[in-house]
Amino acid sequence: MPVIVSLEDALAPIVDGCMLAVPREQAGVAMEATRALIRRNVKNLHLVALPASTLQADMLIGAGGVETLETSAVSLGEFGPAPRFTAAMTGGALRMKDATCPAIYAALEAAEKGNPFMPLRGLIGSDLMNVRSDWRVIDNPFGNDDPIVLLPAIRPDVALFHAPMADCDGNVWIGRQRDLATLAHASRKTVVTVERLHDGNLLSDPVLAAGVLPGFYVEAVAVVERGAWPLSLPDYYPVDVAHLAEYARLAKTAEGFARYCDEYVFGKKAA
Amino acid sequence: MSLQSEELLIAAVADLIGDVRHIAVGNASPIPAAAALLCRARANSRSQRPPYVSLLQSRKHNFFTDGGVELFDCAGQGRMDVFFLSGGEIDGEGNINLVGIGDHDKPQVRFPGSFGSAYLYFVVPKVILFRTEHSRRTLVPKVSFVSAPGVSDPKVYRSGGPVALITNRCLFAFDKERRCFRLQSVHPGHSIDEIVEHTGFDFDRPDRVPETPAPDTQTLRLMREVVAPELAEVYPQFAEKVFGIVKAA
Repeated sequence: MPVIVSLEDALAPIVDGCMLAVPREQAGVAMEATRALIRRNVKNLHLVALPASTLQADMLIGAGGVETLETSAVSLGEFGPAPRFTAAMTGGALRMKDATCPAIYAALEAAEKGNPFMPLRGLIGSDLMNVRSDWRVIDNPFGNDDPIVLLPAIRPDVALFHAPMADCDGNVWIGRQRDLATLAHASRKTVVTVERLHDGNLLSDPVLAAGVLPGFYVEAVAVVERGAWPLSLPDYYPVDVAHLAEYARLAKTAEGFARYCDEYVFGKKAA
Repeated sequence: MSLQSEELLIAAVADLIGDVRHIAVGNASPIPAAAALLCRARANSRSQRPPYVSLLQSRKHNFFTDGGVELFDCAGQGRMDVFFLSGGEIDGEGNINLVGIGDHDKPQVRFPGSFGSAYLYFVVPKVILFRTEHSRRTLVPKVSFVSAPGVSDPKVYRSGGPVALITNRCLFAFDKERRCFRLQSVHPGHSIDEIVEHTGFDFDRPDRVPETPAPDTQTLRLMREVVAPELAEVYPQFAEKVFGIVKAA
């Protein structure tokens, strides 16, 4: 199969029940792909957000696609609480693996290295240790009565994100959004949507090459213009403030969220 | 233009920050962000080496090139001097709750989550707590969930922690030895009785508590002329409300 495919084909590795890893809003979120997953009625995802999420997690949860969420926070930032996340939590409908930002980074870094775990400072005395039975405290073997937390590696099945451009060999230009490389290195497969295709090979230009995720890690690329909308693609286009305000207002209720989806997910496509 | 209450808080937070090398500010923190930018503007106006300011949501005021983890790596090494945290609940021992109230799996109230607090609170030397809503709902005797503890057992690695808590009514200093807050100053227009009434936890009260000082003319000028336009990139709504800055589309 070629690397550059349709959006629907690109999303094929994201099967029901898989562990799906996605980036924070500022790194490049594949929102059109997220809408496509909701149209496909994706179910039982174990969603990992590096290290937090906004609209993307809220929509996937609201659409009933997420069984387990592993992240450090979900909110709509300036637009207030994430309403479908909040409702799912207070309704007991979501298994939440609460974390803290550097713990998600560290656990994915462990996977990048093929290591079973990573130590992290902090955490001891936080109630997170009580709700995360998979996190352990050991005595630093090189120290003197020095407790430190070990986090098991997070090895996602698929990473999904949006980036400015890719070439026909599947090399993806991510610039300084190194979170995307962390996600791709740690995950078994990586699916990317991009704004456009680059003529020629991205690795042949030394200035561009430093910001390239090699096609080696990439399963499929789909070209989706404005694929992060209504979120921003940093340095390319800003957040659609009016749209997010509308989402925050509608998604306060399950009915409002359904109306939002009817219009923007199932009906009329992104502007 | 008369002094806005936000301007008083920004100046007070800038004084708390002091003379440091690296100030980082997380999400949803317009007052701390303005205070950090004010510290930088002040140093520039005095021809001193300005502090590095990292506003996590900003494209412009953010020098990191190694992903979101670089901030936490910096903090872990002691390369971050000041950070800001808030909480859905904050208690008298400096514990903060960003997770929720009630059973974790089916809470009565759910907050967004702990973000970086369960790490940064431990390793950043000066953590300034801010919570503009000063009420018995937010400042509680004991938090329902400890996202990050105010103090730790002596054997737990801890190079940082809270130094102060600023609200819309007053400024508290944190006493690490006594594990409690001390009323440091009361903002103009507010009283000690009112603070006692609206605070859910006990705190130390010196015999004399001064009023939080209003910023001087030079500070106000820097805030309005230099800081406000910079702030508008990240917090357009706040910059417009407080400083009347309308960002060009």
